[in-house]
Amino acid sequence: MVRLIGILVGIFFSGWLLVSLAVGFFTWASEPKVETAEHVFHEHPKALHLASDGPFGHFDLQQVQRGYKVYKEVCSACHSLRHVAFRDLEQLGYTEAQVKAEAATWMVPGIDPVTGEDTMRAALPTDYFPKPYPNDVAARAANNNAIPPDLSLMAKARHNGDAYVYSLLTGYQEQPAELLEEFPEAKTPDGLHYNPYFPNLNLAMAQPLMDGQVDFDDGSPNDLDSMSQDLAAFLVWTAEPTLAKRHATGWPVVLFLLIATVLAYLAYRNVWRNEKH
Amino acid sequence: MSFPWANHYQPTNPLMKWMDEKLPLPRFVYNAIGAGYPVPRNLNYWWNFGVLAGFCLMIQIVTGIILAMHYAPNALVAFDSTEHIMRDVNWGWMMRYAHANGASAFFVVVYTHIFRGFLFSSYKAPREMIWLLGVVIFLLMMATAFMGYVLPWGQMSFWGAKVITGLFGAIPLVGEPLQVWLLGGFAPDNAALNRFFSLHFLLPFVILGVVILHIWALHIPGSSNPTGVEVKQESDTVPFHPYYTAKDGFGLAAFLVIYTAFVFFMPNALGHPDNYIPANPLSTPAHIVPEWYFWPFYAILRAFTFDFFFVPAKLLGVLAMFAAILVWFFLPWLDTSPVRSARYRPLLRKFIWFGFVPCMAALFYLGGAPAEEPYVMFSQLAAAYYFAHFLIILPIVSMIEKTKPLPNSITDAVLAKNGEAAAE
Ligand code: HEC
Ligand code: HEM
Repeated sequence: MVRLIGILVGIFFSGWLLVSLAVGFFTWASEPKVETAEHVFHEHPKALHLASDGPFGHFDLQQVQRGYKVYKEVCSACHSLRHVAFRDLEQLGYTEAQVKAEAATWMVPGIDPVTGEDTMRAALPTDYFPKPYPNDVAARAANNNAIPPDLSLMAKARHNGDAYVYSLLTGYQEQPAELLEEFPEAKTPDGLHYNPYFPNLNLAMAQPLMDGQVDFDDGSPNDLDSMSQDLAAFLVWTAEPTLAKRHATGWPVVLFLLIATVLAYLAYRNVWRNEKH
Repeated sequence: MSFPWANHYQPTNPLMKWMDEKLPLPRFVYNAIGAGYPVPRNLNYWWNFGVLAGFCLMIQIVTGIILAMHYAPNALVAFDSTEHIMRDVNWGWMMRYAHANGASAFFVVVYTHIFRGFLFSSYKAPREMIWLLGVVIFLLMMATAFMGYVLPWGQMSFWGAKVITGLFGAIPLVGEPLQVWLLGGFAPDNAALNRFFSLHFLLPFVILGVVILHIWALHIPGSSNPTGVEVKQESDTVPFHPYYTAKDGFGLAAFLVIYTAFVFFMPNALGHPDNYIPANPLSTPAHIVPEWYFWPFYAILRAFTFDFFFVPAKLLGVLAMFAAILVWFFLPWLDTSPVRSARYRPLLRKFIWFGFVPCMAALFYLGGAPAEEPYVMFSQLAAAYYFAHFLIILPIVSMIEKTKPLPNSITDAVLAKNGEAAAE
């Protein structure tokens, strides 16, 4: 009885799937394939190599500091960094006093200690990076109806996030003539900007970073490509400040377990030496 | 319960003697996983995975309890509290990555454990109850993992919860009220998050209870073995300790190397980047996919694209998805072959390795692929084979197949393998 019902159920499910397959195949084979501009012109991120890559990866603190400077001088006008506090900057090699001074260069919302009214005050190391816009409506109003996303986790929130950010920053270009020829309706709308690394090719952010826009005290290169790499390195850090510690902890753990595996194998052979199996 | 030649517990130490009289816990352990439990001598590495599954359950419970000390199940702060664990809690990142990758490891191990059951027909009498309890465990694991994935309240948490609870909406008449009742609202929100957290905390302990029953049921007939021939004599077995404690110890250490390599060096490889974006009911992700371990069943769900007369395709997909697991409950009765191990069932063995394995590989891949052609066509083919395998091929093959001769006993098989003539 179980087998009979089973076979009937099996015939039903498998049979109907095969019928659906046949119908699906027919529609698929007979309908013309419609290509979209995104399909043809979207590009995967360019290769990017950072010190934080791979199982030995750690932060290049000089580079992350440069990335921080780019964030501060350019991106922070529109993007928040809400999971990062000023105290976290100590991990980048700044002293407590430097962090305190750095925090004080930022203004955060506060309360007037006498009147209780909302004011702005200099930030303390315990504060988090402030939001550039008071709310989403203001953010949209200033950015062609798009909200600039928080950047703290950006490097983990996109596939291959660090390379993606780097490619996005360096990828702005004129819309290719072939694209307009093939897909006239995909012309970049007014107020949007063409970038082949963005999933639907047009985004509301104009190219934010230009050659030479930020100066580094130590005279490090400040062309667009170098600064974009620095920024990507910074966002890897903001996304996971514990990354270097994770790698440093992982090696002893894995090596210990490898040795334990060898010993366990030898123990196993030893226990079984007189037993056929 | 055990075989007559099992070693007996004889405490010599006065403290242990005293303990044995008052509460014979050491005796219990001795008989369950100690020298008092005779086990077939020929178990191969497929038999390591039960113990590994138990270890994974422990990892999940321990890391989960620690995470729950810092996590806040409220839609307003859940995402931030997860980041707080990652950034501010001492070793919080390790606990979270250990838990998230622990879930994946648990499923890898349990899928292997279940596959061992297919290869050696471990579900057959006298081990049906072990198997049935196993399927119950698997269903509980799926529910637990699904609810756990909702907790960080990222984009995939939210949309995954919405899609999966939306499946209940496919049930005629009661579907929609049922969905609202399950979620405590029209879409996942605080009410859903809170109850998911509560249940996600509870269910692992329910699983633990069923695992105890599973092992209890296992100890009645004892483990099967790669030949599928039952234990007949003392020379067929060795005591669990030290023989299998040593072998399981080696398996465990090797497993931990791979698991910790994921935790420390590629902790996000199995996750979806969208879950690092906070949940946003107004922005639908381009592709909503569950975690990888649900992909085969997700592929079956989406393979149904045509209504069957008055039954909508969506409902069919939901029924098929549940049926895909429920058929396992019936395997002990669908498979009528007198022989267990696929080693001696050449035809079934071919169907398993050249039909079932590629079909599962395809379903795993397709469940994570976008719901577009040609992926859908391939999932229809693979899903059709899936049902045919268990419901048509297995019953028929088990009836008609001419099996290979079985060894007389485990001892004979072992001696033959070692190139010696049978002793008796
Ligand atoms: C004038 C405001 C503005 C500035 C300055 C700015 N951005 Fe943006 N950014 C936006 C807006 C608006 C969006 C949303 C675009 C959209 O969704 O179409 C955005 C989106 C992004 C995204 C996300 C793209 C995605 O995949 O969704 C990244 C990454 C990004 N910006 C990085 C940066 C970096 C790095 C800088 C500094 C070098 C920067 N932005 C400076 C306005 C700005
Ligand atoms: C938390 C999850 C689980 C744990 C901890 C667990 C534990 C165990 C252990 C320790 C054994 C004995 C060792 C071995 O044979 O590997 C075992 C055997 C078995 N398990 Fe599980 N199990 C789990 C899930 C499952 C599931 C999901 C199934 C099937 C759907 C299953 C089916 C079986 C069967 C049939 C046996 C007997 C195998 C034989 O003797 O041939 N188990 N289990």
